Amino acid sequence: MMISRRTTLAALAFSLLAGTALAADTIKIGVNEPLTGAFAASGTYVVNGARIAADEINANGGVLGKKIELVIEDNKSNPTEAASVAEKLITSDKVPVLMGSWGSSLTLATMPKLEEYQVPMLVETSSSGKITTSGNPFIFRISPPSSVEADAFEPIAKKLGLKKVDFLVINNDWGRGAAADFSKMLKANGVEVGLTETMDQSAQDMSAQLSKLKASDADTIMVTSAVDQLTLLFKQMAALGLKKRVITTGGSQNPDQIIAQAGPAADNTMHLTTFLPWWPEKTPNPEATAYFLGEWKKRGFDFAGATESFRGYDGIRTVAAAIAAGGGTDSASIQKGFWKVDMVGLNGPIKFAKSGPAGKESGQSKPNVYLIEITDGKVKQVQLGG
Amino acid sequence: MDQLLQHILNALVLGGTYALLGIGLTLIFGIMNVVNFTHGALYTFGGYAMYLAAVALGLNFFVALPVAVVAGLLLGAFIEFTLLRPLRRSDIDTTMLVMIGAGIIMQSGTLWIFGGVAKAVPTPFPAQPLVIGPVSLSYVNLFVLGSAIALIAITYFTINGTRLGRAMRATFQDHDTAALMGVNVSLIYTATFAIGSALAAAAGALLGPVYVVTPQMGELAAVKAFAIVILGGLGSISGATIGGFILAFAEELGAGYISSGYRDAMGFLIIIAVLLVKPTGLFARAERIG
Repeated sequence: MMISRRTTLAALAFSLLAGTALAADTIKIGVNEPLTGAFAASGTYVVNGARIAADEINANGGVLGKKIELVIEDNKSNPTEAASVAEKLITSDKVPVLMGSWGSSLTLATMPKLEEYQVPMLVETSSSGKITTSGNPFIFRISPPSSVEADAFEPIAKKLGLKKVDFLVINNDWGRGAAADFSKMLKANGVEVGLTETMDQSAQDMSAQLSKLKASDADTIMVTSAVDQLTLLFKQMAALGLKKRVITTGGSQNPDQIIAQAGPAADNTMHLTTFLPWWPEKTPNPEATAYFLGEWKKRGFDFAGATESFRGYDGIRTVAAAIAAGGGTDSASIQKGFWKVDMVGLNGPIKFAKSGPAGKESGQSKPNVYLIEITDGKVKQVQLGG
Repeated sequence: MDQLLQHILNALVLGGTYALLGIGLTLIFGIMNVVNFTHGALYTFGGYAMYLAAVALGLNFFVALPVAVVAGLLLGAFIEFTLLRPLRRSDIDTTMLVMIGAGIIMQSGTLWIFGGVAKAVPTPFPAQPLVIGPVSLSYVNLFVLGSAIALIAITYFTINGTRLGRAMRATFQDHDTAALMGVNVSLIYTATFAIGSALAAAAGALLGPVYVVTPQMGELAAVKAFAIVILGGLGSISGATIGGFILAFAEELGAGYISSGYRDAMGFLIIIAVLLVKPTGLFARAERIG
């Protein structure tokens, strides 16, 4: 009697589990982003962009006849959390594919988990070179590595006549990687490289570093950090009377937020970015850009976030394209599907090329990089090709 | 030389806010023997109170500031009344755990209400800095330094020059005797915790507009506050003041002349050195006897 009851219970539990699996006629995509901590602003923008893509895809009938479902988790801007969030999404939510993790250090921390569970991840923002060169075949990146940014910047470095450049970078894989790649490019072009100062990702007071940079004989400071820290930095530069040419890298500047929060302190700064929402007609896919910006506005989001959130939108659309191309909802099919993706995102064509050691290549798409300048509180584009 | 002057000026501004953070914490520990793990959360609370008063309610900056400080005072009195008073006779571990819990609730509550994205509080000060010879300083930083010094002076005077302060010092020395002499010890505890909380909130309200306001702003502030209190000696107000300036100078000069990557490590190196030589801190007050 006892045994049969237990068997009945087990059977019941099994059918319930099977029932949920059947009822869940959705494809889950795990989203691992910083929604709190130092990169909260950026991560939130990316997630809002991702939601727009998911809703658009589902309104058009989903993928492989199924709706997609975003499972969003907060990695708290902390690499340890990013790794455990990835593990939780894979083992507990059973997502077959991930998008994440915004920062280079966050992405690098999740990469061993991808190998452990054989789950592919679309990298939407991170720019450290190591991500696609360390031989992780589960990585597919649509954001530019800092070497690509540096190459795009090369002609303008000559045109601006840079003589000596100092760096002020966030003290993690993103910042140090950018300083290394830009230094290499500048030195190859005969530009002298001076100081490389770092700042903690949660630091709010950078006056010590800025006082040192003010006293240096370099004409230009290249800065790598995200919007919240950049805002503080520009205000503190103004307070110290530091008036050198400032160029930021990394594409997480959200220039309109900087203008709104730093005011005139942001004037005459230049920023390398990967999306031009100010001129939708000039973007590689004007129709999609217009749709995205319209939807962004309709949902009441701040325009300032568009330069960052487009990556979430492109990222989820790329994942959906990979699921469709792979023809299956399991991790292995999706991983194969990524190699077949050939689409035009808001930034330009998305198509993965092999990168890293043979046999274990990661996928890297080659995005466009643009340079903008803030003048009198307005954004204007600086032609790179010249 | 110009660079050194600028570093010294930066360190003075930073030291003022560090001292403000430290004295609120050391006051509560010294008199109540309570390790206040809500200190960082109260600092954050001050920042958000300032944001609500100045941005949401649209109050003038100089009106919003005292509003935020009084809000911190009331919140401190509330925490003492609801959490610490019932635990007066329990051991220090229980109190500590309850305070850690309260700190977590406050931080998560802020995140729940305001979200994780930073808020900016505008200031009425001109963006152009004050330039004196080779050095420059923003007006808002000057105001913060002045306010910090004023608040530290008021606290010092309250403790050393008023009836309330005398009762607080008596309670610190021996609360049983103080009670026998007619001091309302319960009221002194509430007042002490409220003043300590108001100082933390004041630091948050002053620095929120200089930087940005986030739910996590209190984490780093609390770490610095604990470091300053340990450096200066537990329970010593002048120790916390000097400790705040020592930490600021260590960070500023360490970042300026040694390595900016180790900026936060510099302060802690000094603390380790001090603790090795003088384990009770630089200005430890005599322990209660008998």
